[in-house]
Amino acid sequence: MTGTRQEAGGRPPRVWERYSRRQRMWQFAAYLGGVMAIVWAATAMDIYWPFVLDAPEQIGDLAGRMVPPDWPFFLDIVDPMIETINIATIGTLVGGLLSIPVALLAAQNLTPNKATLWLARVIVVGSRSVNELVWALIFAVVFGPGPAAGMVAIAVSSIGFTAKLVAEGIEEIEPGQVEAIRATGAGPAKVLIYGILPQIMPVIVGVMTFRWDINIRQSAIIGLVGAGGIGITLNTAMNSFAWREVTVILIAIFAIVAASEWISATLRKRMI
Amino acid sequence: MLRLEGLSKTYEGGIAALDSCSLEFARAEVVAIIGPSGAGKSTLIRCINRLVEPTAGRVVLDGGDLTAMSHRQLRRARREIAMIFQEFNLVERLTVMENVLSGRLGYVSILQAAFRRFPPHDIDAAFALLDRVGLEGFENSRADQLSGGQRQRVGIARALMQEPKILLVDEPTSALDPKTARTIFELICGLARERGLPALINIHDVGLALMFAERVVGLARGHVVFDGPPAAVDEAVLTRIYGAADWRQTLRREEPEAGAGSARREAAS
Repeated sequence: MTGTRQEAGGRPPRVWERYSRRQRMWQFAAYLGGVMAIVWAATAMDIYWPFVLDAPEQIGDLAGRMVPPDWPFFLDIVDPMIETINIATIGTLVGGLLSIPVALLAAQNLTPNKATLWLARVIVVGSRSVNELVWALIFAVVFGPGPAAGMVAIAVSSIGFTAKLVAEGIEEIEPGQVEAIRATGAGPAKVLIYGILPQIMPVIVGVMTFRWDINIRQSAIIGLVGAGGIGITLNTAMNSFAWREVTVILIAIFAIVAASEWISATLRKRMI
Repeated sequence: MLRLEGLSKTYEGGIAALDSCSLEFARAEVVAIIGPSGAGKSTLIRCINRLVEPTAGRVVLDGGDLTAMSHRQLRRARREIAMIFQEFNLVERLTVMENVLSGRLGYVSILQAAFRRFPPHDIDAAFALLDRVGLEGFENSRADQLSGGQRQRVGIARALMQEPKILLVDEPTSALDPKTARTIFELICGLARERGLPALINIHDVGLALMFAERVVGLARGHVVFDGPPAAVDEAVLTRIYGAADWRQTLRREEPEAGAGSARREAAS
């Protein structure tokens, strides 16, 4: 090394730094701003500390009331549990079907023009930006409380998620396969059926099963606002302080969500 | 049969890929289109069936001007113009049979296409073509399970399934190893002759072009710079198409087998 340095002719060693002085100044300013934001947020929340410090005691109290679970109550929740699964399944199917045309318009490589792309994006963002619970509230007013409202809420809230992911799948199809089908003289519908659908089928199946798994969790909750399923039972039990029944319901929800996650993972592994 | 009049294509950004090309294909012969990368070979082929929209000029097939057609008319015309692709362009997740039958999509209804209920004579023709291209027994294999050579055989069967009037072939062998390339090229030329089809084949392997084609068209920078029989392709012509290089080895390949063999031995010693 010393040899090379001498060969370089006595000039100072070359300096390399990842960030310039200017960049370091900005970084420091950003860190400082971040810390100040966190401190401000924590103080502005106006936490009542006695309640927070009281929490362990409350947990112990609640746990005491929740055990032992009221096992016989399980027979009463079989029907609402089945209803919950049905709401999720039918909601996913309806939402999935509705999302296919939206996905076709939301994919940059297939959408006919800027207006259709924009329309599809509005649908996607609209469906996603409103929470399932809010959709359920709205449709409980429109259809009256019950599973129909839940099913529609699940379907509508699924459209955005499914359409967005399927559209991303469509944007990654191989254009050559589509070109070959077009070259045979096939019209747009046949190009869709033959050249595009086979390419995005794995994406559709994967996204739909994943969404079904999410919807099982959601449909267990939306009953809280009267949209059918186990949530209604849970709400009633909590309002009447029947904590041992609540335990049974929570265990049942946990079991069903775990089962749906396993089913959806297995299905996706099979299909792709 | 097929006439190109002043066909031009300028891509967005002002690149003139094709500049006023006029060519006439009157007979059922194998035409090799040669030229360096970027000379406009693919654009020329794709402008004929308007997979690429030409910016000027006319494409006249049997009296009909393809460039003036509406989308509906164009789809009808495309049924009679079959195409074979460089990357095969099979629908990878469909079976060999579905890919071959897709050559009939211009003729069947949407429902028939969706439920794969193709007319019996189409299915019979598809089996016959699979036998002819050497893929008997592969009808239920998925396209993505096949080797490159096998995929191009499916591509050929799909093209002929259209019962076309003309065959457009875009670099059919450049994704294949040399031996498979030669077999596939021979198969395409053989089938075109068997069926009395004119075939326009883009190919960058000059040796293969000179060996199998009846006519050679040379493209350079979007212009037709040569049009004639393979025998007329000499060093001067290749220099005009590709630029200056030592073309003696390339041209030696077209000599009769025995002569070529001895010439190669001489060169080696």
